[in-house]
Order: sequence, then structure tokens, then C-alpha cells
Amino acid sequence: MDIKVLGPGCAKCKKTEEIVREAVAKAGVDAKVEKVTDILEIGKYGVFGTPAVVVDNEVKCVGKIPKKEDVESWLKK
Amino acid sequence: MEDCCAGGNEVMILACAGGSNVGQLSNQAAVELTGEGSGKLFCPAGIGARLSGCVQSAKDVPIVAVIDGCQVGCGRAILKQIELEPAAYVVLTEEGIEKNKELRLDPLQVEKTKDAVKRAVSSGAQAMTDRKVLSVGACDCGGACC
Repeated sequence: MDIKVLGPGCAKCKKTEEIVREAVAKAGVDAKVEKVTDILEIGKYGVFGTPAVVVDNEVKCVGKIPKKEDVESWLKK
Repeated sequence: MEDCCAGGNEVMILACAGGSNVGQLSNQAAVELTGEGSGKLFCPAGIGARLSGCVQSAKDVPIVAVIDGCQVGCGRAILKQIELEPAAYVVLTEEGIEKNKELRLDPLQVEKTKDAVKRAVSSGAQAMTDRKVLSVGACDCGGACC
């Protein structure tokens, strides 16, 4: 599973990355979590704002910190 | 460090941008409103194409404002494809602007369009004041990030 957290690096983005990593650890899934901070790279995903979370090339969440249970549900699919 | 929690991302503006005076008025108004900080222009084509980044962006933003040039309602129809209704909706022909094929825009009609969108957004925001997302920002952090 390939997970990307999109965001230039503010508190919201860091919190999102933290939640995603915690959810991955809890679920015990084989997932690579990558933080994408480059604005041009973020632009390729067509998101309106950040933070955003992308799971296997599908954008799951935009402009807010996701709930941990939501992240866990994305990891099950 | 850029603060991505900064304001300006609470209102997504989708303009039909069609091939008539009212279509182009919708786009010009959206461009100017974005420049003035009254929202942020976004890509209805990406939503119509079902690109996940665009679709999820529309679903997660607190207020989606759609500007349709005429009653054909292409902008609203695009949003309906992903089962969303705009919080703010303006149809320019219903604002007394006659549809034609003149693409040189009348500045007074641009201003009239912007005023109509601002009123619609204000009404839409008022109707959503009980939503937590508006009271603390565009996230669920409880206000910690802003």
C-alpha cells in the first residue's frame, strides 16, 4: 500500500502525518508512508488545499486533519 | 514554513465558464473574487472527470459556490454527479443578465455577478453556522492549528 500525506509542513500537515503513521502501525499493514512537501508535486493531485491524504493514488481527504478511524478504514480496503 | 491552514480555502468557487457572455462572466467574477480573497477558483472539469483529488476536494470544503451562466445549469449538474448540492448558487440569467454570444465583458455586469455571489455565499455560510468546521476552521483540530 502506498500512502502519501500532502502538505508543505504546517501543524495540520504534521498532525495528519502523525495520525496516518499511527493508524498504519496499529493496523499492522504493509504500507509505505511518504510526506510530500513540494508544491509542484502536490499540484499533480488536483487538491483544493492541504493537508491531503492519498492512498494508492486515490485522494481520500482534503484540507483537514482526518480522523484516525477514517484512516483505519482506508487501510482495510 | 508555509501555513497551509491560512484562510481563503473555505469557499470553493466553481464557474461554468461556458461559451457565452454569462459563461465568461461567471469565470471572470470567479477570478476576481479569488484575487480579492472571497473564495478560491477551482476546476469543475476535474470534478466532471471524476478525478479523485478534485472530487474529494469538493466533498471536503466547507462551502461550494457554483456560478452558472444560464438555466442549463452545467455547474450544478457537475456537482450533482458526485451527489453534492452547492451551499451557494447563482444563475446569472436569473440576476437579470441576458445571455448572448458577446464575449467582451461588461465591467458593470462583472461587478453585479460578484455581488450576487457574495450574497449567496453569505447566505450559505449563515445556513451552515452550526457546522463545527466553520467555527474552528477547515479541519477537526478544534482550533489548534489556526
